[in-house]
Amino acid sequence: MSTCPQYIVDYMHEYLDGDISREHEQQLKNHLQVCSDCRQHMHELSDTIAFVKSAAHITAPPYFEEKVMKRLPKEKNRVGIQKWFRRHPIIIAAAVFFLFMSAALVSSYPNDEFSVTTQPNLIVNGQTVIVPEGEVVKGDIVVKNGDLVIEGEVDGNVTVINGGQYMASTSVVTGQIKEIDEVFEWLWFEMKDMANDFKALFEE
Amino acid sequence: MDALVNKRIKQVLKGDQSAFSDIVNLYQHKLYQICYRMLGNQQEAEDISQEAFVRAYINLHTFDQKRKFSTWLYRIGTNLCIDRIRKKKPDYYLDAEVAGTDGLNMYSQIASKEQLPEETVQQLELQDRIQYEIGRLPDKYRSVIVLKYIEELSLQEISEILDMPLGTVKTRIHRGREALRKQLSNL
Ligand SMILES: [Zn+2]
Repeated sequence: MSTCPQYIVDYMHEYLDGDISREHEQQLKNHLQVCSDCRQHMHELSDTIAFVKSAAHITAPPYFEEKVMKRLPKEKNRVGIQKWFRRHPIIIAAAVFFLFMSAALVSSYPNDEFSVTTQPNLIVNGQTVIVPEGEVVKGDIVVKNGDLVIEGEVDGNVTVINGGQYMASTSVVTGQIKEIDEVFEWLWFEMKDMANDFKALFEE
Repeated sequence: MDALVNKRIKQVLKGDQSAFSDIVNLYQHKLYQICYRMLGNQQEAEDISQEAFVRAYINLHTFDQKRKFSTWLYRIGTNLCIDRIRKKKPDYYLDAEVAGTDGLNMYSQIASKEQLPEETVQQLELQDRIQYEIGRLPDKYRSVIVLKYIEELSLQEISEILDMPLGTVKTRIHRGREALRKQLSNL
């Protein structure tokens, strides 16, 4: 075999790699027919490959996936935050509220200023709003920094901020009645709307 | 499968860590097998292949999704294996083995390049013998032989995984085959 040219062995490897040219393949075949040493060499190479290929498939040990997941760095990412946003829209709304709206908040916070929703048949007496007996107010009433006395009927919701709400035996309110006295409650009232807006925002 | 993998990758990149478990699930056996064949030791193979997944996760933003994910992952894995082999102290196995011999085959209890007496080699079971012969190959041949004949990857993929020219891969495979042939014919 020592007398055989090196290129014959190169051709064997080309052949085994499956990228031998026709010409080389022919030369290899011709040589193998006359040279038992090279035939032997070729056999050994084929056997070697068969030997390695007979290696059993090996699978990862149990719980491999779980172990990898445990080794990953802690989740600290946008989706985590987004998930949290979705779960706590009111808190986020509050944060945003305080951060960006504080100026507006302060100016709109119910101080001494009295206000009431304009409805045609309401009587305003100083800081007291009266729904007169026999009258039907169609729509919501919001009173800030004043009291509301209901003697007649309100076809809608009633909200009194920083004041009291008094019902006579004759009064009828078809909607919800809310009294908001505390600062926190007032914020809450405002924020719920924002929270809903935020929810909508994140749910795209 | 590539489409699914890319979908999961996008989810992970958006911050959904749990989407990574599907990726681990898909590639765990192949990657573990490469590491086991390279290192010849179960504990080390598990540690290194897990580490490869962790690194893939951390560096996922650098992965080009137009390419094949397995190539990128195996590259991380083989690099870690090669590093481990180079850093390995000769007595590593003796220390590691004390922790628990459960599930260790005969081969994994011997240092990777230690030559066994011929008589002992003849008594090895076929599978242990295969691993023993692979382990005796020099690292640079071992990696190409494992990727070519155990993972059955194309020469082009191997060239990408090992980041070396196709010509070098071919040369190493040729030499690896010759080295194995000699190991087997000497007996
Ligand atoms: Zn010859």
